Amino acid sequence: MIWVDTLLQGILLGGLYALFASGLSLVFGIMRLVNLAHGDLIVMAAYLILVLVTLLGLSPFVAVLTAMPVMFGIGWGLQKFLLNRTLEDDILPPLLVTFGLSIALQNALLEGFSADSQRLPTNALTTASVDVGPIALGVMPLLTFASAVLVIVGLNQLFYRTELGRAFRATSDDATTASLMGIKPANIFATATGIALVIVTIAALYLGLRANFDPNIGPARLIYAFEAVIIGGLGSLWGTLLGGIIIGVAQTVGAAINPEWQILAGHVAFLIVLLVRPRGLFPRAND
Amino acid sequence: MSYTVTTQTSASRVAAIAGAIGIVVLIALPFFAGRGTIQDMFFILTMLVLAQFWNLLAGYGGLVSIGQQAFVGMGAYAMFGVVILMGFDPVPSILLGGVAALIVAVPTAFFAFRLNGAYFAIGTWVIAEVVRLLVAQWKTLGGGTGTSLPRDATRDMWFVELIQDMLGVRSAAARDILAYWLALILALATIGGIYWLLRTRRGLALAAVRDNTEAAKSVGVDAGRMKWIVFLTSAFGTGLAGALIYMQKARISPDAAFSVTDWTAYVIFIVVIGGIGTIEGPILGVLVFFALQSLLADFGSWYLMTLGVLAIVIMLVAPRGLWGLVSERTGLHLFPIRRTLSGGKLTSSED
Amino acid sequence: MALLQTQGLVAHYGDFQALFGVDIALNEAETVAIIGANGAGKTTLMRSIAGVLRNAAQAVTYDGTPIGAHPADEIMAQGVAMVPEGRKLFPSLSVEENLLIGTYGRKVEGHWNLNTVYDLFPILGERRHNPGTALSGGQQQMVAIGRALMSNPRVLLCDEISLGLAPVVIKDIYKAIPQIKAAGASMIVVEQDIAQAMAVADRVYCMMEGRVTLSGTPDTLSRDDIHNAYFGASH
Repeated sequence: MIWVDTLLQGILLGGLYALFASGLSLVFGIMRLVNLAHGDLIVMAAYLILVLVTLLGLSPFVAVLTAMPVMFGIGWGLQKFLLNRTLEDDILPPLLVTFGLSIALQNALLEGFSADSQRLPTNALTTASVDVGPIALGVMPLLTFASAVLVIVGLNQLFYRTELGRAFRATSDDATTASLMGIKPANIFATATGIALVIVTIAALYLGLRANFDPNIGPARLIYAFEAVIIGGLGSLWGTLLGGIIIGVAQTVGAAINPEWQILAGHVAFLIVLLVRPRGLFPRAND
Repeated sequence: MSYTVTTQTSASRVAAIAGAIGIVVLIALPFFAGRGTIQDMFFILTMLVLAQFWNLLAGYGGLVSIGQQAFVGMGAYAMFGVVILMGFDPVPSILLGGVAALIVAVPTAFFAFRLNGAYFAIGTWVIAEVVRLLVAQWKTLGGGTGTSLPRDATRDMWFVELIQDMLGVRSAAARDILAYWLALILALATIGGIYWLLRTRRGLALAAVRDNTEAAKSVGVDAGRMKWIVFLTSAFGTGLAGALIYMQKARISPDAAFSVTDWTAYVIFIVVIGGIGTIEGPILGVLVFFALQSLLADFGSWYLMTLGVLAIVIMLVAPRGLWGLVSERTGLHLFPIRRTLSGGKLTSSED
Repeated sequence: MALLQTQGLVAHYGDFQALFGVDIALNEAETVAIIGANGAGKTTLMRSIAGVLRNAAQAVTYDGTPIGAHPADEIMAQGVAMVPEGRKLFPSLSVEENLLIGTYGRKVEGHWNLNTVYDLFPILGERRHNPGTALSGGQQQMVAIGRALMSNPRVLLCDEISLGLAPVVIKDIYKAIPQIKAAGASMIVVEQDIAQAMAVADRVYCMMEGRVTLSGTPDTLSRDDIHNAYFGASH
């Protein structure tokens, strides 16, 4: 029974990783850009929520709603004024610019908030658990997982049911022809990154509610997100959820065997998938 | 009529003479400089080696690795391992550090080459994390908290007594001087070796692969093989540098030896600021980096923030870095790689 | 004054100059054909007008305003739509989505909408939910034309719409042109197929090596004139 419990905890943890990864997957899917500052942006969003909670006395769940439009604006501006200028054929500029951004952001957060770890305030609800037969599942992990599923359903709706989604797909296919159709690729990319940072804000809420965070944990979140995206197959959102679950399960199983093996087990699972299915579990046909 | 194909420029001849004088000064430095200067120069030289190898990877090979700390850490830990467990002398063990990094590089390349571009970058990072986590499990070398080189191993290190007698310094200072000279040899060999590599046919092929993989294939360059050569060479050199750095530090821990900031972020900033894809760039970059560090180190995180922002600005406004600006303005090439044809006038028909 | 005109239009690809001072004009309700061999600069001219290649502001004038320096999306929003060479359908979009993308971000009024486009090309209505790229070449060309029409443009630029298609299919597509004209669009049609171009055009420009070498109405141009302008006098 303990193994069923471990497995379930792992699946729920996968929801958190899928939340980390969805924004990365979205941005990669539309503009083939890998943002190395993605993890640090998650941590930045967590601090933004924390500031709103402490300064305005908001509940974290209200604060996250306030933080979303702010993060959307930051993402929009970041893409429009900085990252769009790196989108050429050369792979070096986007990598090195986002890497520079990652280091700058980490240290800005260190300067602003010190290296002390922080946590968003929890209440009875967030620490509660529900009993499913003999197994107790935390309300927080369940909420996280449900949010991940909702985010992915929402993104799929956006992609396949809306005019903006059509423009996303068209621009991703061929930005030049899209501009002949009256689409501004620069704005489409900016909007995509804005939406990615809204998802990042949701991820940050659960990051901050579930555990301590400090300015240095961004890169590790980037790595988990990246592993989930690669396992799932580039650009496939449901694949990304599955990738998150695989990392989550590997980590909880690893931790159950030896607590020091938690992170290692996740990485090893990633390498095994890379070995057997280099293009991920659900590769997109035209990549 | 005879023609000669040459890569020399007059600036490069002047530079060669100035370089020779500079090298003599650097060799003689411990005879007149204080211990602080020697330590600074050791830092500059080892960072220069790391930067040259990262530049070989990214600037010439198009392989942006964020996992170079795997090879620094592996080289250092292998050196500590053979010294502590097998009683080897640290100096020759540096070579074993390089070999250990080379061995780790084989499976790393096997995995990472399955990923393209940006994903290659993060892939190398993941593998570096795996190596770090595995090494942290190595309890005889202190596990997660690390360990120190045994006192007798550092005291009886090769050449230390000789340097003590020759320069009349204490053992600790003699160890720094030894480390400095080794770093100087490594740096000169690295620059010379990379310069040589780039001037061979293989080096030309490398430039072809970087500029266009498809086109390079069509003229018969095996892009896959070139990637392997570049990746393994860089891993070996980075491993040597790692072992040397930790021979001088004499104390190691997984978090320090596998630090992405110290061994990859700094190195990337040095290359980007100095000028990617040139041999001169990392040399200029490491000097700027050291100057910035001396000026701003007291400001802690402001310093790294400045470096990050500087790298972004340079990448956007001057992607060939400071050296790119210099050589654009002056046409200066200290390590010319481009071949120029000289001799008589070219005519369409010759008798 | 012409609805759309170019003046001294030049274009470069790196060091290679593709256009050397091209002057053409399109009047309201007119159809102009541009003919010429491969590499004459026809597609470059279309891309310059559509804003894919940027020019000096005064090099292209539309409805009295200089648009040479405007980006493609703004030129499209002002009423100049293009059917690009090679059709360029979006592979991730269905036939209907490809058509709808032509109205992105705007409310457009006029004759053309999904229903009228499906009336023009009934096969597209039948295959509206297929991926655009699953269609035959001729049907894809219909989607590309319909996609441009959806914005109800005043000027429609058609680049090599018969390229790579069987003669019977070309006939089908050209059958639509009178209806497009009747609905009010002025057109520039780039063609290698001289006969086809002559049949639909009010006026013809012939290009060679980046320059306009001949212009006139189809009935005033002799076969020899065109042959010389097309291939150069030395042939």
